[in-house]
Formats: sequence, structure tokens, C-alpha cells
Amino acid sequence: MAGTATMARTGAGGEAAAIVKDALLHALVTLGLSIPIVSYRTDAGQGTGLVLTSRWGEVAILCAAVFGLRLAQQLFLAGRSRHRAKADPSAPAAVSRASALIAPFTLGIALTLPALAALATGGLSESRYWIDLGILILTYVMLGWGLNIVVGLAGLLDLGYVAFYAVGAYSYALLSTVFGLSFWICLPLAGLFAAAFGVLLGFPVLRLRGDYLAIVTLAFGEIIRLVLINWVDFSGGAAGLSSIPRASFFGIPFTAGEGGFAATFGLDFNPMHRVVFLYYLILALALITNLVTLRMRRLPLGRAWEALREDEIACRSLGINTTMTKLTAFALGAMFAGFAGSFFAVRQGFVSPESFNFLESAIILAIVVLGGMGSQIGVAIAAIAMVGGPELLRNLGFLKAVFGEHFDPNEYRLLLFGLAMVAMMVFRPRGLIAEREPSVRLGAAR
Amino acid sequence: MSLATAAGRLAIVEGGPPPAASGPPDDPILIVDHLTMRFGGLTAVNDLSFKVGRGDITALIGPNGAGKTTVFNCITGFYKPSEGMIRLCQAGGETYLLERLPGHDVNRIARVARTFQNIRLFPRMTVLENLLVAMHKPLMQASGFSLAGILGLAGYRNAQAAAIEKARAWLDRIDLTARADDDAGDLPYGDQRRLEIARAMCTDPVLLCLDEPAAGLNPKESSELNRLLRQIRDEHGTTVLLIEHDMSVVMQISDRIVVLDYGLKIADGTPDAIRTDTRVIAAYLGVDDSEVEAVEAEVGLTGTQA
Amino acid sequence: MEFFAQQFINGLTLGSIYGLIAIGYTMVFGIIGMVNFAHGDVFMLSAFIALIFFLILTTWLGMTSVALVFLIVLVLAMVLTSLWGWAVERVAYRPLRGSFRLAPLISAIGVSIFLSNFVQVVQGARNKPVPPLVNDAFVLYRHEDYVVTLSYKQAIIMATTALLLAGFWYLVQKTSFGRAQRACEQDRRMAALLGINVDRTISLTFVLGAALAAVAGTLYLLYYGVVSFSDGFVPGVKAFTAAVLGGIGSLPGAVIGGLIIGLIETFWSAYFSIEYKDVAAFLILIVVLIFKPSGILGRPDVEKV
Repeated sequence: MAGTATMARTGAGGEAAAIVKDALLHALVTLGLSIPIVSYRTDAGQGTGLVLTSRWGEVAILCAAVFGLRLAQQLFLAGRSRHRAKADPSAPAAVSRASALIAPFTLGIALTLPALAALATGGLSESRYWIDLGILILTYVMLGWGLNIVVGLAGLLDLGYVAFYAVGAYSYALLSTVFGLSFWICLPLAGLFAAAFGVLLGFPVLRLRGDYLAIVTLAFGEIIRLVLINWVDFSGGAAGLSSIPRASFFGIPFTAGEGGFAATFGLDFNPMHRVVFLYYLILALALITNLVTLRMRRLPLGRAWEALREDEIACRSLGINTTMTKLTAFALGAMFAGFAGSFFAVRQGFVSPESFNFLESAIILAIVVLGGMGSQIGVAIAAIAMVGGPELLRNLGFLKAVFGEHFDPNEYRLLLFGLAMVAMMVFRPRGLIAEREPSVRLGAAR
Repeated sequence: MSLATAAGRLAIVEGGPPPAASGPPDDPILIVDHLTMRFGGLTAVNDLSFKVGRGDITALIGPNGAGKTTVFNCITGFYKPSEGMIRLCQAGGETYLLERLPGHDVNRIARVARTFQNIRLFPRMTVLENLLVAMHKPLMQASGFSLAGILGLAGYRNAQAAAIEKARAWLDRIDLTARADDDAGDLPYGDQRRLEIARAMCTDPVLLCLDEPAAGLNPKESSELNRLLRQIRDEHGTTVLLIEHDMSVVMQISDRIVVLDYGLKIADGTPDAIRTDTRVIAAYLGVDDSEVEAVEAEVGLTGTQA
Repeated sequence: MEFFAQQFINGLTLGSIYGLIAIGYTMVFGIIGMVNFAHGDVFMLSAFIALIFFLILTTWLGMTSVALVFLIVLVLAMVLTSLWGWAVERVAYRPLRGSFRLAPLISAIGVSIFLSNFVQVVQGARNKPVPPLVNDAFVLYRHEDYVVTLSYKQAIIMATTALLLAGFWYLVQKTSFGRAQRACEQDRRMAALLGINVDRTISLTFVLGAALAAVAGTLYLLYYGVVSFSDGFVPGVKAFTAAVLGGIGSLPGAVIGGLIIGLIETFWSAYFSIEYKDVAAFLILIVVLIFKPSGILGRPDVEKV
């Protein structure tokens, strides 16, 4: 900012004055931005018209908050620039050491979550909330990992990723209800269908420059959704498809009666068996996604993806068919979205186009971006924080005490997603976990 | 050195008629035929024809904006020429029309590699990874287009070990073995230039096109570069075509020089012939042919120094 | 024939609005080469600003002169939306110059998500209707029981668009700001060396784009009489389609593209299927980007090697 340069020249007193002035300016801009969108609220009145309510108090709080935050930030920056000489060089190493521990720890928690939740809540049935939350988070982890192949490794911004998720979900829904195929046959088929859609879309558009590609994938995603809404005979329209067959334990249904899962294994019937099974199913799917991605990175194709992200023109000069290489990344990413989609359908037992709107794509993209494009553990952490975080906040009573009874952190979830994406690009464009592990080392090969 | 260029040199020693008449290479690897490239109303390259002799180091020189890089981009498949033909004849007799090949096949099939004026490494990948990416084609086949690779079959592992050995040989040659596992973007400028050449060589090219390889190098690095380029020509039998402004590099290592000005070829011959060519001097000094002698006398330049 | 003429008028009205938004996309793309994904949401925000001022003026201050209300609302919306445009550029885009290729677009997506949810949080998720300001219409043509009309609303929209475009055209072609802007489009570093304040020029570009989006937002509110927090996305994508169709970077192209998209959408809805009208716009976007990314009036861009 221009302010820093002037600050350096003036004395300490001038510096403080400049900082305060800068913070005041920020507060003033906030005031301008708040008019009238924050200062007056429109609500439906008794008749057809709208009623206005003033909220200048909130505006004042907002401006004061911006003033305070900016002041603190500037003071912090000024303090840090004075102590810059004493910067800690070991910090990045510490981060990488920490992230090396995080991965096995997270995996350990993930593998034992149903047991942990049951122990903590005092029973399998009581732990349902936690296991459901785990399933939700893992679905996003898997989608994030799938998209990471496309965005993080190959550097292709795909804003229509959710379309492939939809293809997977509808594939299972239709194949199982119309043809009566079982989940275990539908799962690979759904992945194949999604990958085929990826190739179909990718072939004509992957020549485009990065931002055009992003927009075209967005348009494609929207077209798929609009077709699902309007082609009622095929997809059930906006109402969606329901009574999709539930998952079975490799053919053994989770039912109470004879031949059910509980009876076969000599257990007491508990509806939670199915939930726990679903949990491990999505965990396995996510881990497969991760494993394949890690393996691919060490193969020539994966290396070509990363090279493509770095410099497409250089790739072409080295004889790499860039279109085909992009297509493989696109198709593989789409395939994992297809798997995730069929899991979504089997878990919900119901699919409708509204689950597959642009916002969903944006959330998955945000997870990948926040995690640090290309970093597997970063994506997992981002998914946990972004999906699990707001859920946990909702249960914290004291927030309600502070912000009032109607406070719902979920309302602010997307707002924070947006802010976090911007902040990430501005402050840490390579993501929370920026470290990149080389796919091969000369030392190791010796 | 080919016979033709040797003969050309002989002609100069005997005091025969100088310049461009030193005869074309008789075993050309690359034949550029009536190449024209237009961008909208601008003609960047105009009806250019020249040949590159097999096993030679040929330099393409000319003042800024003469169209040298455009010629490179046409040869290496980045631009589709407006008119003309670019033929590549491999030693085995296969001939490729480069302007008809899709961009990446110029390298993959016709085996023409290149470097770029503004270095194009993969900055966030390691030095070793940069070289392995260049061996994409053989490794891709060995990995069974990833299927065998993902299962970890032995065939792929052996191929990868061989590729790493080859990369190591190149790293030894360009003196970067110690930095193999560092990000390419962290290397000093001169090292990046050498790495880019090594990366291009890892694609096993028959023709290597270098766009200003000596730009930004200090004299010591320049002479190392000269050595590297001679090695590439002599030990690998790779033909080299380079664009260069640094005359110390051009004059010392080139077997043949092609001079461009405003998209037109104004001279084509051995270094000795080129340095005495009045049209070349005129183009570099920016004057008409007829004024060359007067200007040369003015700046104290004689026909033997360029 | 009468039906066709009526649809033509409706299409031009819609196209004017798209054209105004498209200019914001095309100007920003021209000067810094980024797709300002949040522009559609700036448009939506401006419609909310217009809505609130309209309510203040009519219900609280009891103003009755339609022309005066419209004018005040328009000016206030333009000013305050410009401030948003300025702030967004300053906070979310300026620090990213020189960052990696996709950073500005990702940041813009973040801004887009933020803006729509910000409006949802502060104004609620429901549709916000306003009573119609003007209802009358000119009857252009009457044939038996079919009439072709040009409503006052449509007339206002077309007139406002034409007037503001003329002023805007003058600004970009004849003033020093316009020259600075075109210089920055050609070569930003050179422009800076020549003493042009590049940062300010870019800021002003965003301000202008936002101001025109505010005009579009106000007119949109006037035309449809209702707005909701999610109304930025689809018109935004359509306006972007218009900018691409016209040739991104070209100002007349944006307006022409806007009119074409407006007409296509209207005729598509009238003659084919109203359900798939958005699909039409998205399909045009894909087809144009694949087959003629330089659009109608744009220059083809040569890949720099």
C-alpha cells in the first residue's frame, strides 16, 4: 500500500498518526459500502409492499470492527517489519514436519471414527450425528481429491465439476430403479459414464485458454442441471428421483428380518449398521482416490499433468500431446466424481437437480484452493474445516448467547467461503500447505 | 563439419568471390522452402529458403525484429506458416513436412527439439523431474499408458531407472547433479539455460533449435555453452540450429550462418563469408549497401573484424 | 408478424440490460485480461441498492414524481455501486497482479460467492418485489385483436441505455482517461513509463464498469419489479456470453452481443421452449468460445511463444 512508503519516512509519531488515519479511511469506506445495503433492511410487510427497518447500530459496529481490525493489522505489520531481521528460518521445516504427522493422525481418526463416536456418545445409535457428519465430510474430501487431479495437478480450472457428480448420482439412480442393477455393478458404471462425459466435454474445449475453459465448464455444468430439471420423462424433473435402492452389504441387505445383515452375522438388528457401512464405504472410496492420485503423480502421465500446469508451451515442445494429457486428467477427475455421485445417491435414496448447482462446484473448488492446489492432506484439512467447522459452530451455545437466538453459523458459511478464497489468493496463493513433495529424487534412486 | 562448408571456407582462403555463393549443404537435414508468415497485414517472414546441413551447427542471425523467432516457431510447429514448406529429412530417409504435423508431433515424431528465448522450464518441479518430463514418450509406453505403472509392474520400474540414469548423465555433463532435487525455478539464470538445453536433448532430437542460448550469460558461461554445443554436435550427432546475438558464440561455433533482415534472407554462408558480406554489415549498421564502406571507415571497422 | 414485432421489442429491452453489464466484463478483460466473475453479483447488488432507495424515496419521503424518483435512484445506485466496484478491485484483484495465471479468476469467484451471500445475510433470502412504477404503454400498431406495444418501461430502458452509452462512448474515445485506458490495454508497462497512472486507470475501469452495471440493475428492477440475492449469476453469465459473442475487449461488440443475446433469448422462449431459454445462452457461450473465441468484433489473439 502507498501508506507504508510514507510511513517509513516519518517518525514514530507520524507513523502512529498514519496508521490511525489509514484505519479511519477503511472504516469510512466500510460506511460507504454499508449504505444502504446494510443500513436498511427490507422485509415483507402486511400487504404486498416491503417495509424498511434501519440498522445504523449494526453499521456502526461493522465500521468499528473494520477500524479495529485494520489498526491491529497495521500495528502488527509495523511491529514485524521492525523485527524482520529476527525472522525464524525454521518455520517452514516445522510446518512440513507437522504436516507429516497430521496425515497418519487424521487417517487414524478417520478409520476409528464410528468406534470413537460410539464411545464418546455412549452408544451406536447416539453417535449417528457424528457418523453422518463424517460421511458428509468424507464425501467432500473425496470430491476435493478428485477435483485436485484436474485443478491442482493439471492446472485446469473446472467450474462444472458437480456435473460429473450429478452424472454419477443419476447413473446409479436410473440404473438401479429402471434396470434393477445392484450398487456394486452400478458403481463402476457410474464412474465410467462420468468419465465418458468428461471426455465428451473435454475434447472440444480443452484447447481453450485457462479462464475460457473455466467458463465453458461452468456453462456445461449448468446445462446438465437445466436438462435434469426440464427433461421430466428422463430424470423426474425438479422433483428428482426417489426410492432408490439402498446399499447392501455385498448382497446382504441391511434389514431386520431373516437373511438380513444382522441375522447373518448373529448381531442384534440396528439401523446404524447401514450407516457405519456407508461410512466405511465412502472412506474406502476416498482412500482409493487418494492412492490413485499419489500413484499417478509418480508416473509419466502425472508428471506431464504437473508440467502442463507449469508451462503448456514447453510441454508441447517436448512432444507431449497436451490435449490428450488434459483429457486424461479431466476424465480421471470426472470418474471419481462419478463414484462419489453414485455413493451420494445410494446414501440419500433420493436425487434431485438442486443438489448439483454451481454453488456445489464452487464449494468443492474452494476446498481445493484452500487446501493448497496439489496437496492431498491440505485438501482433506480444508474439507474438514469448511464442511465440519460450521456444523460444529452451530452447536456451540455461547454463540447464540452472543448473537441472539436466530444465529445460524451455516448462514455465514458461504460468505466465509468466499472471503477465505479471496484471502487465500491474496496472502497464500499456494494454499495452506504449499510444500510440494518431488515425485522422484535422485538421491533416493541412487 | 560437412564437405560443403569446408569447400566454402576454401573458397574464401583462395580469395574467390565471397558471400552467399558458398553453396548449399549437400546433405541437408532441414529444408526451408519459400517460407512466408503473415500476421494480419505484417509479413514477418517473406519467402525464406535455406537449408541446414546434417551434423552442422547453423546460426540464424539478424537484427532485432528480423523474424528469426518466427522462423523457429514455424519450424517447431507453434505457428502454421502462411505459405511454404519445411521438410525434415532423417538419416534413415524418412521425410516429414513439419508445417503439416500437429505441434507436439514435431518433437514426438520428427524429433525436432527446441529451447525458448525466455526460458520455459517447469519452475515448481525439480531439475530431475524436468528431465523426466522430456522422456515422456518412452516412459509412457513403458508404463502401459499408466495401467502397468499404476500396478507397479517391473517393466516400468526398469524403464524409470534407465530414464533416471540418462538424466543423471546429462546432469553430470551440465554440472547440475548436486541440484537435481531442487526446484528448477530456484536455479541461477545460467544453470536454467543449460538445463533447458539438456531437457531438450533428453527427447533424443535429430535437430536441436536454440533460441538465443547465450543471452544473459557471462563470458565464462558463454564459453561453457560453446563447449556443450560442440559436444552435442560431435558426440550425439545432433544437428544444431540456433538464433544468437552474441557474435563470439556465433562466429566460433557455427559451420554456417543464415542472415535475416526484415523477414528476408540477405546472406547464407560460412562465418568467414558472412563477416565480409557488405549486405550483412549494412543491415547491422542500419545503412544502405552503397554507404557501407564510408561508414566502416568512419567507425574504424575493416572487413576482417565484425 | 405482430407477435414477431412484439418479441423484437422485448428482446431489445432485455438486450440493452445485458449490453450494459457486458461492457463491464469487456472493459476489465481488455485492460487486465481477467474474467471478472463477480460482475454479475455487482449488478445484483446494485439492484438491491436501487430497491432500497426507491423504498426510502416513495414510502418514507413520499415522493410521487416518477421521473425524479427514477433519476435520484439511478444516480445513487451508480455512485454507491461504483464504490463497491472500486473496493472489490482494491481488495481482491490488485494484490494479485503478477500472481499465477488463475489467481484473479479464483479470487473473483470468491468475491462472487461472498457478494451473493452477503446480500442474502443482510437482506434475507426472499424475493423482493416493488410496486410497478409505470404501467402505461405506447400502442405502436393494432391489427384486429393483436396489438404491438412499447411500454413506457421499455422506452425508458432503451432511452437510458442509449443516452448513457453515448456519454460513455464519449468518455472512452475523447477524454484523457479513455486514452490512458486504451494505452494500458496495449501495453501496461509502457503506459506506466509514459507517466500514466496505471493503478488509477484500472480502478476507474472497475468504477465505470460497476456504474454501468448499476444502470442495468436499476433498469432490471424497473422492468421485472422483483430482485433476489441469487439474481446475479444467470444474467452475469449471459452478459459475459454477450461480451464474448461481440468480441471480448470490444465495447461496441459488447453492446451488439448484448442485443443479440437478448433477442435470441426472447425468440427462443417465444418460439421454442421457455424452459430451455438459459440453455440457449449457455450453448451459445460454449459454441462461440470453441469456434470463434475472438467473437464478432474482437481481434484474434496470437499465442505468444
